[in-house]
Amino acid sequence: MSIFRLFNKPRSAPLARERLQVLLSHERCSMDKDLVSLLREEILAVIAKHVQVDADKVQIKMDRGEHVSILEIDIEIPRDAEVLAA
Amino acid sequence: MGKVIVVTSGKGGVGKTTSTAALGAALAQRNEKVAVVDFDVGLRNLDLIMGAERRVVYDIVNVIQGDAKLPQALIRDKRLDNLFLLPASQTRDKDALTPEGVEQVMNDLKRYFDWIICDSPAGIERGATLAMRHADVAVVVTNPEVSSVRDSDRIIGMLDSKTLKAERGERMEKHLLLTRYDSNRAERGDMLKVEDVLEILSIPLLGIIPESMDVLRASNIGAPVTIADARSAPAMAYFDAARRLAGENVPISIPGEKRGIFGKIFGRKAA
Ligand SMILES: Nc1ncnc2c1ncn2[C@@H]1O[C@H](COP(=O)(O)OP(=O)(O)O)[C@@H](O)[C@H]1O
Ligand SMILES: [Mg+2]
Repeated sequence: MSIFRLFNKPRSAPLARERLQVLLSHERCSMDKDLVSLLREEILAVIAKHVQVDADKVQIKMDRGEHVSILEIDIEIPRDAEVLAA
Repeated sequence: MGKVIVVTSGKGGVGKTTSTAALGAALAQRNEKVAVVDFDVGLRNLDLIMGAERRVVYDIVNVIQGDAKLPQALIRDKRLDNLFLLPASQTRDKDALTPEGVEQVMNDLKRYFDWIICDSPAGIERGATLAMRHADVAVVVTNPEVSSVRDSDRIIGMLDSKTLKAERGERMEKHLLLTRYDSNRAERGDMLKVEDVLEILSIPLLGIIPESMDVLRASNIGAPVTIADARSAPAMAYFDAARRLAGENVPISIPGEKRGIFGKIFGRKAA
């Protein structure tokens, strides 16, 4: 039976591999999203203690590489922002 | 100071307890002092696999709650003088393990033992996070199968964020232990290949443990497979993995690759 099976059924492992790659890249991304929104909130809170910033002018991005992730923080502070503390 | 290893996976039934016992006994056979610690509170099993179930008097929860001293709870292995077991309790109270209590026990164990191997419960809840919390090294036990690989990926993410090492900004050393590997299915193309799993999880390989009746036999007699039948294929794979953990450079071999054409045709039903 095993010999015939070999010819009849397509190998399933390559499909498993493909499905996993798609799924995990998606899941890793959404885990990063949770972390990024958390970081965003806390970073905003820290900055707001000292300078007035527009929440929309804070860009936070995470790039997940194989060994390290890079967190990019881009904050636009207007020239005339009210400085609360020196 | 001893080194703390967590044996973890996310998914249940992949071989964590089997691997904890086998690696613990293999390291102890190298004359190093080893403690294996069961974190599976409520569903303890490591005592059975070690063949010590009738000698359990106190457990880790008793120690944490101050009802017993650590040396009273540690059970010395009957076959290996320098192998000890710290059992889990059978309580259903999930909060019996406190973070502070676990920290105290780990710090004490590190002073007396060269290796502390923590058998993690399945899941990603409290028990699993406490088991990995103090680890220096993680052994991620994975079966070559989609749900196990996915859960391992989750666990790797947790190892990189929820452990003391991660919080201190240090790098957690992670190793993949591929267990229940069936060379017949791999040959047929119905099982994820070693390279596939490695590529997807991208952590270094500690070893490949073949699917084998010897594991079941060892659990029947209550001995780690590395003691029950040291010459069996899974035992030899665990011995190699233990040597790699100890820092030796041992080349990896894929179980079952040496079988000839005769084995290929007639070996299928037997395996
Ligand atoms: N290499 C193997 N070959 C055959 N059976 C195995 C192997 N590893 C584990 N098992 C079996 O799988 C089951 C689950 O193993 P266990 O170590 O208890 O997993 P976990 O602790 O991850 O839940 C047990 O019945 C065990 O005997
Ligand atoms: Mg278990």
